[in-house]
Amino acid sequence: MAKTGVKNLSKKKNWEGKKMFLCILPFLILCFLFSYFPLHGWIYSLYDYRAPLKLSQCEFVGLKWFKTLFSNKTQVAQLIQVMKNTFAMSLLGIATSFLPVLFAVFLNEIKCKWFKNLVQTFTTLPNFISWTLVYSVAFCLFSSSGMFNTVLQNLGIISEPLKILDSGEHVWLQMLLWNTWKGLGWGAIMYLAAIAGIDQELYDAAKVDGAGRWQIIKNITIPSLMPTYFVMLMLSVANFLNNGMDQYYVFQNSFNKQSIQVLDLYVYNIGMTGRSLSLATAIGILKSLVSVTLLAIVNFVSKKTRGESIM
Amino acid sequence: MDAMVKKKRKHVSGKDRAFSLVNGLIFTIFTIICVYPFYYLIINTISANDLSANGMVNFLPQKIHFQNYIEVFKLNGLGRAALVSLGRTVIGTICTVMASAFLGYMFSQQKMWHRKLWYRMMVITMYFNAGLIPMFMTMKTLHLTNTFWVYIIPAIVQPFNIIMVKTYVESIPPALEEAAMIDGAGILTRFFKVILPTCKPILATVAIWSAVGQWNSFQDTLIYITDQKLYSLQYLLYTYLNQANSLATMVKSSGSVAAIANLATQQTPTSIRMTISVIVVLPILFVYPIFQRYFVKGIMIGSVKG
Repeated sequence: MAKTGVKNLSKKKNWEGKKMFLCILPFLILCFLFSYFPLHGWIYSLYDYRAPLKLSQCEFVGLKWFKTLFSNKTQVAQLIQVMKNTFAMSLLGIATSFLPVLFAVFLNEIKCKWFKNLVQTFTTLPNFISWTLVYSVAFCLFSSSGMFNTVLQNLGIISEPLKILDSGEHVWLQMLLWNTWKGLGWGAIMYLAAIAGIDQELYDAAKVDGAGRWQIIKNITIPSLMPTYFVMLMLSVANFLNNGMDQYYVFQNSFNKQSIQVLDLYVYNIGMTGRSLSLATAIGILKSLVSVTLLAIVNFVSKKTRGESIM
Repeated sequence: MDAMVKKKRKHVSGKDRAFSLVNGLIFTIFTIICVYPFYYLIINTISANDLSANGMVNFLPQKIHFQNYIEVFKLNGLGRAALVSLGRTVIGTICTVMASAFLGYMFSQQKMWHRKLWYRMMVITMYFNAGLIPMFMTMKTLHLTNTFWVYIIPAIVQPFNIIMVKTYVESIPPALEEAAMIDGAGILTRFFKVILPTCKPILATVAIWSAVGQWNSFQDTLIYITDQKLYSLQYLLYTYLNQANSLATMVKSSGSVAAIANLATQQTPTSIRMTISVIVVLPILFVYPIFQRYFVKGIMIGSVKG
């Protein structure tokens, strides 16, 4: 009697569990459709796909595209240039990753609360506008008819407008500066929160011991920010190849194309606007594989050194 | 002796003051650099266009008028693009929030059949993606290219949001739900009556992030949309930035006679670009300061989750 009761109960539980599964099934299907199903597209890298045709009508070429990437001379030269840009953007990003830490540390030294809040609100604002808008701002300020050139011309400092956006020089630096403008304030938010979480007694004790501002920063604030910094650093290493394409796409023009084309943009440029969908897919596959490997390595390193994974 | 102590203290505080001054100054400058571009855009769109074109409007608006905003909405496609952007922001956000809430709640239910498996299957999608071209081919296969739904449907299931909601639901005292259960409420009733209201803070965070994401999104229009009717405001702005000549002709054909006669209100490519930029950025400028704490909360939860 009791046994059948338990059985009934577990049966009922079982049925409820299945019902719950049915409730989320539509969403699981969506997840499958937009995350797993696209992987079937990797097969295009094995064909010579031409846009309007069906895949079955296209020639099967095996690993031709992968081989082209590493053997065709012009292709190799192009890829090297693209990798140079990608590495430059990522390395510059990593090299300046300490800036948000400094931003947070020094903002914390400001005692006036409303000023602190004001700075925080205004400096995080650019993070929430799109790259299109950043480009629009850049255009209005720095194009040859933009504010910067007009003011300099009106002051008589220059006679010809300086070419800033439509020039192939200092592209990496420009991109870095826009990135910093957009992301610095926001990047500091996490460190500010970490600072707020530091035990106030530590500071009081240090002050009693006569530690100065710099000693406190060096020995208390910065060390307590290091764990967060480490995680952020690891994440940027994991995303080394994923610069995204929005920023580079909107700023790209025929003058700076050579040094602005990062991997993501390159895949778009050859796949969607020109040469070969199949070649672009092949590059995309290699990129995905390297990215996943990087993530695994970074996760492993993080586990070894901190005892915590970042995934 | 006393004097010496005093002197020393004064010296230290002087150094302190210098530090505060320099520190404050640097932050002031950076803050101005962050805000000025927006201010510049806004004052130029409401100032006389001939002054603006000559670079005379840099600090204060001059001869204020709002003709630019009236004219710009007469441009072909702008009203429609605004509608598309607004539509995707509203519908997309509602869908994402509801789906995240529902899935976050469901995945917290121990009883679900093979819960862990489905959960892992969903979370793992955060760490890989098929790539741009396969994604494009998929959308084509699913007949989503050149439809409005390409903005909405792929964005419904967001693992990151689901994790956030799930973590939140698990922190709610179980007694709350049990009480409803005893009253005989089914799982859906419990979700709508108990979980949704309690999860408001976290859902606000999800909503605000998703709304900004939808409003700012540019890439999906670029890749999946060729039909001009479905252009988003962001994309339209981008096309305007890159077509000075056609824009000028468009302006001439759309400008009324009176507007052409008056240099101060006559549209120029620059004035149009700036005006559209302001229209695009204004919602963010308004929404961000009000909801700032939700944004901050979002990133904090994200970092805790790690």
